[in-house]
Amino acid sequence: MTFSAELEARFAKMMQSYPPGRERSALVPMLLYAQDEIGHVSEALILEVAARLNISRLDVDEVIGYYSMLHKRPLGKYHVQVCTNISCLLAGGEQLLEHAKKSLGIGHKEVTPDGQFSLEEVECMGACCWAPALEINYDFHHFVTPEKLDQLIASLEKVQ
Amino acid sequence: MAELVTLTIDGAQVQAEKGALLIDVCKARGIEIPAFCYYEGLALQAACRMCLVEVEKMPKLQPGCTLPVAEGMVVKTDTPVIHEARKSMLEFLLANHPLDCPVCDKGGECELQDMTFRYGLGESRFLENKHHVDEQQWSPVVFFDRPRCILCYRCVRICDEGVGVDALGVVQRGVVSAIAPSHGDHLECDECGMCIDICPVGALTSGMYRYKTRPWEMNHVGTICTHCSNGCKTTLGVRGGQVIRANNRDHSGINGEFLCVKGRFGWDFVNSTERAQSPMLRTNGRLEPVSWSRALMTVARKLNEVKQRGGRVGFIASNHTSNEENYYLQKLARQGLRSNNIDHHRTGDVVTLIDALAGRTDALATVADLYAAKASLVIASDLAQQQPLLHFQLRANWRHHRSRTYVVTPGPVRERKFAVKSLHAEPGRELDAVESLRDDLSKEPELVILFGDAIQGDAVRRLVAFGDSLGIPVKYVCLLDYSNSRGAIDMGLAPGLLPGYRPVAEAGLEPGMTIAEMLADASLDVLWVVGANPLRNARLAAENAFVVVNEMFLAETAQRADVIFPAASAYEKEGTVTNVCGEVQSLKKALKVMGAKTDLEIFGLVAAEMGIDLGPFQPGAVFEEIRREVRGYNVSLPVIATGGAAQSVPLNGRVPALTRAELIQSARDTLFTSGTLGRYSKNLTSVLEHPGKLYASGIETP
Repeated sequence: MTFSAELEARFAKMMQSYPPGRERSALVPMLLYAQDEIGHVSEALILEVAARLNISRLDVDEVIGYYSMLHKRPLGKYHVQVCTNISCLLAGGEQLLEHAKKSLGIGHKEVTPDGQFSLEEVECMGACCWAPALEINYDFHHFVTPEKLDQLIASLEKVQ
Repeated sequence: MAELVTLTIDGAQVQAEKGALLIDVCKARGIEIPAFCYYEGLALQAACRMCLVEVEKMPKLQPGCTLPVAEGMVVKTDTPVIHEARKSMLEFLLANHPLDCPVCDKGGECELQDMTFRYGLGESRFLENKHHVDEQQWSPVVFFDRPRCILCYRCVRICDEGVGVDALGVVQRGVVSAIAPSHGDHLECDECGMCIDICPVGALTSGMYRYKTRPWEMNHVGTICTHCSNGCKTTLGVRGGQVIRANNRDHSGINGEFLCVKGRFGWDFVNSTERAQSPMLRTNGRLEPVSWSRALMTVARKLNEVKQRGGRVGFIASNHTSNEENYYLQKLARQGLRSNNIDHHRTGDVVTLIDALAGRTDALATVADLYAAKASLVIASDLAQQQPLLHFQLRANWRHHRSRTYVVTPGPVRERKFAVKSLHAEPGRELDAVESLRDDLSKEPELVILFGDAIQGDAVRRLVAFGDSLGIPVKYVCLLDYSNSRGAIDMGLAPGLLPGYRPVAEAGLEPGMTIAEMLADASLDVLWVVGANPLRNARLAAENAFVVVNEMFLAETAQRADVIFPAASAYEKEGTVTNVCGEVQSLKKALKVMGAKTDLEIFGLVAAEMGIDLGPFQPGAVFEEIRREVRGYNVSLPVIATGGAAQSVPLNGRVPALTRAELIQSARDTLFTSGTLGRYSKNLTSVLEHPGKLYASGIETP
């Protein structure tokens, strides 16, 4: 499979950054960047990455199963990640998650029928000082309330 | 000598090599540190946490399996804190582990049982239901019971590091993490079963063995595998005259922990319903069962009659029969019938190699050398397919010692994964490619050269000349196909050679006919075929020849027989066999199949019936004669008697090479085929799948 020129350049640079024989270290960043570009870790992507790094597809599967931020199914255009670890929990993270489920009409790791939004309950994102926190794609949102979440969702719906 | 450090273990001063692992140092001192995931020779994992020890000035308990010893270290391995830690670890391991030990295959030889017995708490605080997942079948021979798994990663590592197949992995994490096969729900691998052997619990079990018996109900007989030429020790589990399993029970063979699919699963031909179990005699054109005495008498009379009128008798011998049988057969032919028409299917040109190395005593490599040599060169062989132990040794040598391997083959082979240089060479052009490696090879401190049947006759001499010109110590392995291919030529089953590579002229005989010549000789009177199937792809020109066959199965050649003697397999006899590296090892009789006799008995009884005295036909007595008479076979008796391997050294004189190039050809068996034996092993035929093609599958991503 082929990637964009930018991504290919990025991969090429990455392969130079590891000692000879340790190229498989590029596995996680490759999967992450490729996932950003094509939306999820597809079957074709697994095989492609395995072939490029000269490892087996099972080696790739092991890593995908381990890291929760690698997704084998397509996500929504906006991936809403709500933290429910201890700090966020104390500050209302769980209510936030419940509200998100209601507002979006989907559950944990589900996607809206129009493919715009997906929801995931995640572990700590290191934003405890600003709890409760959530992340939409790569953007952090701090001190989020249910109202603020609804505004966010509405503004994103407008953008599409 | 490596640097030594002094440390204290349980109050005693201990000296150990700097950097050695604490668990190994303790073991050498007779102190057991219990562990599941630690396995000598494999990468460190520190997954099971059973090996925790107390080390002074370290804040927490430390895993002994990854802790290198250091100067002044003070270690305690036997304190109340450690006892508590071990109890807790076992309590966690047993949290979801089903206690189905009474029916589990592993019950009685399970490391988790043993550890729980020695170090466990005896009770559990977990009252919750155990998490259950149904068993999965990953291949005809590998089953997985996930709840029994303790995630020690041994199977993953032996497959990836040891065999180089990388067919197992661990997916997901935390409580749901699990061992997974390479292809989603099934394995595509060598089916070697090493993962089953290495599993400390009953998570990976054998499709042939599961739920068949309890381990203590079997007799465990350590003998030599009868398939390929590598000579691995396999321990047959026998109950009630049936082989139930084969495994690598005590790692005492030259193969150490290794065993391939044939050694582990290819034993079921023994109990095949198609085994010949009665002598047969052709009467009125049809083969009919007769008594042993009638069959023996018929053959003896025929041979005496042909001998008296000076008729022509030929012998086609086997690659699987023992040295004693081979030796006795050539005596029967040469002394009994004054015939040199004796040959066997030759799969490599040992004869020319031994001639080219005449006068040297240290030029043939052993299996152990392949693990120790600094460099090796593989020519024209798909080792992983045809010589699995030799491949394993080279790979282990690379893993542990970073040895350097060079490969010259007509197609991709698995050794290329770790070889420093791999060259493609069309058949017949191998030596040109080897020549191009001259600069690299001459820089190596030593070299072992392994070559297949593509190098024969003059090419062998040129190869040895090349080795000599490198100016470094070089040892050789001439690759052969079958379990006693080497013993067959060593014992003089060749028209021009007596046992020990002596010319037939020494016995006052003219060289006899080769297999091809015997088959083409229209005036042949008697042809005796022992454990071979020459008529599978050829015709017998002598239509009226009387054909005697010693066989286990009524294959093509047996169909043409006038008399069939049902023969015992290697697993049903005592004796010795010689592997591809010339190492002599002893067979142990594991069982008796009703009706069959060993080939030695058959030859002895026919000779006795003919009135010829060839000496006693007991394996021990014949082996004594071999040690006395056959050059290079004066091997250490205690070594062999105690289950070891002693290398024969047939290298002290010139050999009259009568080799005709077209007579030497490997059968090109793969991991899953083994000549006639393989055809009658349902276990082997059931796993016939990818990979299995020579020079084809080696470097694909599994």
